Amino acid sequence: MCLGVPGRIVRWLEREPPLACGEVEFDGTRRICNLACVPEAAEGDYVIVHAGVAITRLDADEAGKLLDELRSLCEPPIPDAPPVPDEPPSPRPNADRV
Amino acid sequence: MRFVDEFRDPALAAGLIERIRQTATRRWTVMEVCGGQTHSLLRHGIDAELADVIELIHGPGCPVCVTPAEAIDEAIALSRMPGVTVTSFGDMLRVPGSRGSLLAARAAGGEVKAVYSPLEAVQLARANPARQIVFFAVGFETTAPATALAVQQARHLGLSNFSLLACHVRVRPAMEALVQQADFRVAGFLAAGHVCAVLGYADYEPFVARYRLPVVVTGFEPTDLLEGLLEAVGQLESGVARVANCYGRSVRREGNAAALAIMDAVYEPCDSPWRGLGVIPGGGLRLREAWMAFDARHRGLGARHERLPEATTPEAMMLESIVKPVVSVAATSLPIADCPAGDVLIGKLKPPACPHFGGRCTPDMPLGAPMVSAEGACAAYYRYGPPRVSV
Amino acid sequence: MSGVCPRPDSGGDNCVHLAHGEGGRLSRQMVRRRILPRFTNRFLEPLGDAAELPPLAGPPVITTDGFVVSPLFFPGGDIGCLSVYGTTNDLAVAGARPRWLSLGLILEEGLADEVLDRVLDSIARAAEEVGVRIVTGDTKVVPRGAVDRLFITTTGLGERLAWPLEGPRTLAAGDAVIVTGPVGRHGFAVLAARENLGIDPPPASDCGSLWPAIEALAAAGVHVRAMRDATRGGVAAVWHEWAEASGQTLAIQESAVTVTPSVRGLSELLGIDPLHVANEGTMVLAVPADAVEPVMAVLRGVPITAKATVVGRVERRGFSPVTVRGPLGRARPLDEPLGAPLPRIC
Repeated sequence: MCLGVPGRIVRWLEREPPLACGEVEFDGTRRICNLACVPEAAEGDYVIVHAGVAITRLDADEAGKLLDELRSLCEPPIPDAPPVPDEPPSPRPNADRV
Repeated sequence: MRFVDEFRDPALAAGLIERIRQTATRRWTVMEVCGGQTHSLLRHGIDAELADVIELIHGPGCPVCVTPAEAIDEAIALSRMPGVTVTSFGDMLRVPGSRGSLLAARAAGGEVKAVYSPLEAVQLARANPARQIVFFAVGFETTAPATALAVQQARHLGLSNFSLLACHVRVRPAMEALVQQADFRVAGFLAAGHVCAVLGYADYEPFVARYRLPVVVTGFEPTDLLEGLLEAVGQLESGVARVANCYGRSVRREGNAAALAIMDAVYEPCDSPWRGLGVIPGGGLRLREAWMAFDARHRGLGARHERLPEATTPEAMMLESIVKPVVSVAATSLPIADCPAGDVLIGKLKPPACPHFGGRCTPDMPLGAPMVSAEGACAAYYRYGPPRVSV
Repeated sequence: MSGVCPRPDSGGDNCVHLAHGEGGRLSRQMVRRRILPRFTNRFLEPLGDAAELPPLAGPPVITTDGFVVSPLFFPGGDIGCLSVYGTTNDLAVAGARPRWLSLGLILEEGLADEVLDRVLDSIARAAEEVGVRIVTGDTKVVPRGAVDRLFITTTGLGERLAWPLEGPRTLAAGDAVIVTGPVGRHGFAVLAARENLGIDPPPASDCGSLWPAIEALAAAGVHVRAMRDATRGGVAAVWHEWAEASGQTLAIQESAVTVTPSVRGLSELLGIDPLHVANEGTMVLAVPADAVEPVMAVLRGVPITAKATVVGRVERRGFSPVTVRGPLGRARPLDEPLGAPLPRIC
């Protein structure tokens, strides 16, 4: 359930709930999203947006920690890994994350 | 860090798949609760890739699928009333009730509009003061803060022509209901990451203590799902059961306080019917007393009031909202007769073994939740056949 | 419908009236003032019931299409140029040079003259660009509410080039599948404009003429089995049709299909797969393996197809008609598009 997409807060436009909102950037696209649920988020922070509302602020430290952990888990590289596809000029998204 | 591509790294995914294979000494049965996770697992072929070591049971976590047919019928009845526009998420419009979908109702003259956000429906109400705008509010706790904000905005803006047909459902009571079914054979859960982003996961600790099943809070990107599966398999292999958070960038133990406050201000838990599962105690959310003015049913817009002639103009509806007593949401929905969706959802019954599979029940004319959504177990089998085991 | 319009013919209200479509003086005036000057040519000018055309240089190829897009104007295009590109692209992908076009207008009573003029200008510009002439037409005005402002139908007549196209039935294992640009731009542009999603910058439609690319392919004499403009249903719909026609599987490499950043952002936000979203200036080709290089060289040299990529190949029919290989290296079946894509929550 619950298509949620990470986006970066470009700027706050309104601070007071329930109308609290700001401009959020998703890849090449910007949209005004409600920010009433992430009062602590600063401009430049990433949030998960679901149905036009940011539901949580993303924690870059946690994300970095997880990636480091995963990378250390996966070393040394597995020799028979599936082929890595050719690098595209602009990759298609996984449009269907929910 | 863009929080997307880093978590789709094919080399990391390949490494995790290898780790899962090394860890598993037998084939484990794991349920991903969330339909979004199902979608991502199928899309990236993770279910097929790991089919030799993990049997994935697709849980009931698709909110449009579990919305009871009666609620859809109610929304359709609203869309046919003069002066009323029913709005909802696009995927909700395709799901059939007992007599067709909202899209079919629109074709037959009903006023139905797809919106991306409930807040757009508020804007629609603001721009069309002469029309009653009803938002058909479905979804789990991920979505409930957005619809709660919608009614808060409507009150803040002084809108009297916006209301909700609230059919929100709660995930954990549904998991509880599943676990309590006889023959439940799932060994561990991947918990829905975005629901946990709102609710946190402290709530799962007593659940795990009681049922001795690992619960792993998991995200949606391929490496998130693989990390969650690795954690679940690791716990199962070592015979422990605990709540683990593999989606730390989005989920805090205590959840999102601001979102919870907004949700709790507007909604309270109630017993609720789930399509294919029956009434689940505490399985839904309804508007609190203080917000009844924004309840489409309470306003007399509900299907049960359809025959009242005085409720056909917006003014009359407003008047009625003042004088009408609270109409409770009758739990009229039961599993559609003979549909064993519950057995499919607990992994007891394989879809092709169902007597209605492909006959009375197809993606175009579904009986139960798992056939409604493209990610439902029945629909996935119908389209693609059984997942092929790669050895 | 009344046959008499009480309004003066040059009334100062600057919009279309029912009488403009009823064949009387107002109708003639509208055709002479607004339509003829924009499309002037010796076949249209007699304003007969039908236009007599010179013989074609190849077998005649005919197609027709109706255009009902809302909004009428969207980033990257409008209903006018769309009605020219859509129909002439259909001729072009059938291997025909677009020559003649009919233009049917159905106007809603009260449509602003200014809107009609903008659309007609756009039609004229697109026709000029493609090298096609509008030789016959019809205008009707219907009561307010009977259409959404303005509908257009165009019928295109073209001449088949002396250049073989074997058709989708002949697709064979080993053939390459090419897509000529980033996908989903038109559908997302219209969706974002219609639903007022507040997207900034708004995505722009790819709406344009494929004829220059096809003319160049034919001139080069390269070997192409089939071409198709990937309109409604997106590239996925074309792949499915070809898989059915040929009895083969089309195996697509997901990362080779390109999207623009704004389409990528929107598709994630709305949960709509760009493979299922309409294009209006992007086509799919199937070519034998040994023709890939020459075909790609031609496509890269024409602006509208300059970003073409090889996205996959034809394989012996496996379990699914169309498969997409994702970044993890696993192929999954690709669903046929169901209907118009809708934003979703799950």
